[in-house]
Amino acid sequence: MFDPEDFKYVKFLVEIGLTHYLVVATLLFSMGIFVMTTKRNAIGVLLGVEMVLNGAAINLVAFNRYHGLATVDGQVVTLFIIVLAAAEAALAVAICMNYYKNLSTIDVDRGDTLAG
Amino acid sequence: MRTAVILGICVIVLATAAMAFAQPVPAEQLQVTEQAAPQQPWSQALEAIFFYVISAAVLLSALGICISRNIVRMAVYLFFTLGGVAALYFLLLANFIAVIQLIVYAGGTLILLIFGVMLTSKSPWARFDVKKKEMIAAGIVCAVFAAVLLAVITTATWPVQSQPEVHAVSVANFGMELLTTYLVPFEAVSVLLLAVMIGAAYLARQE
Repeated sequence: MFDPEDFKYVKFLVEIGLTHYLVVATLLFSMGIFVMTTKRNAIGVLLGVEMVLNGAAINLVAFNRYHGLATVDGQVVTLFIIVLAAAEAALAVAICMNYYKNLSTIDVDRGDTLAG
Repeated sequence: MRTAVILGICVIVLATAAMAFAQPVPAEQLQVTEQAAPQQPWSQALEAIFFYVISAAVLLSALGICISRNIVRMAVYLFFTLGGVAALYFLLLANFIAVIQLIVYAGGTLILLIFGVMLTSKSPWARFDVKKKEMIAAGIVCAVFAAVLLAVITTATWPVQSQPEVHAVSVANFGMELLTTYLVPFEAVSVLLLAVMIGAAYLARQE
């Protein structure tokens, strides 16, 4: 008949645990790095940074849910991440506007004025 | 474009394979402090369905950001990614963080980025083509990075503590913790936010 070993994987797929969230966070993080490295639009690079920050934040909340018993430590740190991401986005958009004012383009590859 | 699509599909296939062949942690290795209350089977199935649907939305829209060359489309895909992450927070019983994520990230930061797009582009449909070689190199690096991390995550033994009764943390608890244990980081981050906003206004001013 059925071997219980065969159902191990099915059980793992159905019972959502810490590992599942970590896998999603890892994929989001890696795709964020891909976006950061391949986009030539400075705003596109910023979008990649936001993806990376979100991937890290999922990790924190997932560990808080499955590892921290009745604490909010991971959620508080996630709140700080959201605040820092907002600050970073505001500053980076201001820098992008200056970049555009000086070089008349938003292409990051053109910002090589200081290159030797 | 085609390379990016193929690379993205490879990453997803790799992740699915890693999850399918992951070794579930044996029960005796878990440091279970207290037996969890037996869950209703249908609620567990519902959680699994919600998790997979939301994760698919998050990862597919993230893939859309990877392969899209249009900055406006990328911003719209990012909106779905952020909203999906907020839904994952709801699944993780972090209600307050989920709401903050929706308000600050999807409502504030993303709008700021879209304004940045509008202010820094001669035409919102301007596109910058990336060299295929760079795309392939970045894809390989990121795929290897993801594969190594996934291998570690799926084989590691996490000391999971099962909670006797699972309930969301109330906002009152959250605020109490924020103003007692985390008072110094809280004040530091608020001063930092103020300084950054003044700096951004100074940087973006018209001469």
